[in-house]
Amino acid sequence: MSMGAKKGRRLGSTRLVLLIPYLWLALFFLAPFLIVLKISLSQTAIAQPPYVPALDWVAGWAGLRDFVAALSTDNYALLGSDWLYLVSYLKSLQVAAVSTAILLMIGYPIAYGIARLPRRLQPILVMLVILPFWTSFLIRVYAWINILQRDGLLNDVLMRLRVVDQPVAWLSSDAAIYIGMVYSYLPFMVLPLYATLEKVDETLLEAAADLGCPRWKTFWLVTLPLSLPGLAAGALLCFIPITGEFVIPDLLGGSDSMMIGQTLWMEFFANKDWPVASAIAVALLGLLLVPMLFYERLQQRSLEGGR
Amino acid sequence: MGRKTSAFNVVSVALGLAFLYLPIVILVIYSFNGSRLVTVWGGWSLTWYRALLSDRAMIDAAWASLRIAALSASAATVLGTCAAIALTRMGRFRGRLLFSGMVYAPLVMPEVITGLSVLLLFVALDVDRGFWTISIAHTTLTLCFVTVIVQSRLISFDRSLEEAAMDLGCPPLKTFLTITLPLIAPAIAAGWMLAFSLSLDDLVIASFTTGPGATTLPIRIYSEVRLGVKPEINAVCTIMIAIVALGTVASSLLAKRGAMRRERAALSAQM
Repeated sequence: MSMGAKKGRRLGSTRLVLLIPYLWLALFFLAPFLIVLKISLSQTAIAQPPYVPALDWVAGWAGLRDFVAALSTDNYALLGSDWLYLVSYLKSLQVAAVSTAILLMIGYPIAYGIARLPRRLQPILVMLVILPFWTSFLIRVYAWINILQRDGLLNDVLMRLRVVDQPVAWLSSDAAIYIGMVYSYLPFMVLPLYATLEKVDETLLEAAADLGCPRWKTFWLVTLPLSLPGLAAGALLCFIPITGEFVIPDLLGGSDSMMIGQTLWMEFFANKDWPVASAIAVALLGLLLVPMLFYERLQQRSLEGGR
Repeated sequence: MGRKTSAFNVVSVALGLAFLYLPIVILVIYSFNGSRLVTVWGGWSLTWYRALLSDRAMIDAAWASLRIAALSASAATVLGTCAAIALTRMGRFRGRLLFSGMVYAPLVMPEVITGLSVLLLFVALDVDRGFWTISIAHTTLTLCFVTVIVQSRLISFDRSLEEAAMDLGCPPLKTFLTITLPLIAPAIAAGWMLAFSLSLDDLVIASFTTGPGATTLPIRIYSEVRLGVKPEINAVCTIMIAIVALGTVASSLLAKRGAMRRERAALSAQM
């Protein structure tokens, strides 16, 4: 059979395989972003839906012209001028950066340790790292409230050990946010790191040792550079969602300063200001666009590079 | 990597696992606490589980969550598997970059953005919000996880099996059903389970897309937790953890049995 004929038939029968998820994602993932963009340029109103202008399809071109004329960038001007929003953005970036750094410092030794333990143990250990990820995110954050609250276990233990003589307010602090972030995102850091560390060729390390290279130097010159793709993937997989995180700062953090996810939530649910909430979402997306594109490239390379 | 294991390696893995599991273990233990106060141990008791049985709102929420999770995980598995096949088997098609971008983006997209945007779509389309809108939003969120899992299986197995079948005149659809599908079945099952648990777990997107009468378990738990720790919540969480643990153990046992059967078949084929 000629290759052309075979290929033609395969394309015919598999076109639907591509088309169905393509249309689904275009309708429920891509189109919504365009709507967010549109609403971020609208004004809030006491109406249903609570924003103007509404696009008048019946009026045709005139309706479209009126619609475009009524759009404004006021919401973005508000984001730039009000300190509340700027502080939120900066706090989110700070929390994401510090959490990712802590995750790297904790996650790397764990991934490295798993990769160096006997091979038959490794699948079990990887499973043990993944397992908490399968239990509810909300439950895992909630578990820490039990521990961190004023009459919680941590204070109990610390006071019994006489480290502190009165309860420390762990909850509602930045420390609690960091604990929650590191705890929840640890599997996302460990797994990509392990995946690259596990593939490091043992003979390279032996060669370095044979040539008299001390162990720390072998790590620095051979292992670490070889694990960079996993390190980048893990860091991005943590940094990007942490920046927009809502549940963890809301349940564990204090009320004095909010992360951007909380600000968006508040504008939408408490203030019912959909246009401003949309503008925050667009601005957050803009902030994360570069790391996201970078992550997509890594993902594509790891899943499709082998071909 | 190396077999040379140092004490440092063992200690860091042990500490890491302890950090991951200790809070969950503490939560489970305290769900059996007879006392309402968190730090006071009032002896083992099933008080909070009994209280749960009469909590109509919580049971309704759990039932709604299970239905949404089953529906959206099934839809996401079909769509995600299709997407994985398209990405690994169709080479360079027009719009591939946009497609793969849309597939991988939800993996890292902050949930508040996904939730807000999909809600605004439903408002623009003037759809009644509730069970169906949450299910659609969850399908969109979880299908990318299915795609990644199935895709990594599709690129790792031996393509020559498919090619052999085709060369022997097997039509593509039959090749897919008899050769490819059984080979990727474990990945599809794992994808479904992950999609199911992600949907069961989601608070943010469900909060945006929910409507009157459609309260999911996380929404319910969240509204209770905001008011402080309640022993009943410990009990709900313990039940959810138990279900996940049982599911994971069962699926890994099944996978092991399947692998053993395959090995035995391969052995007998050699003889």
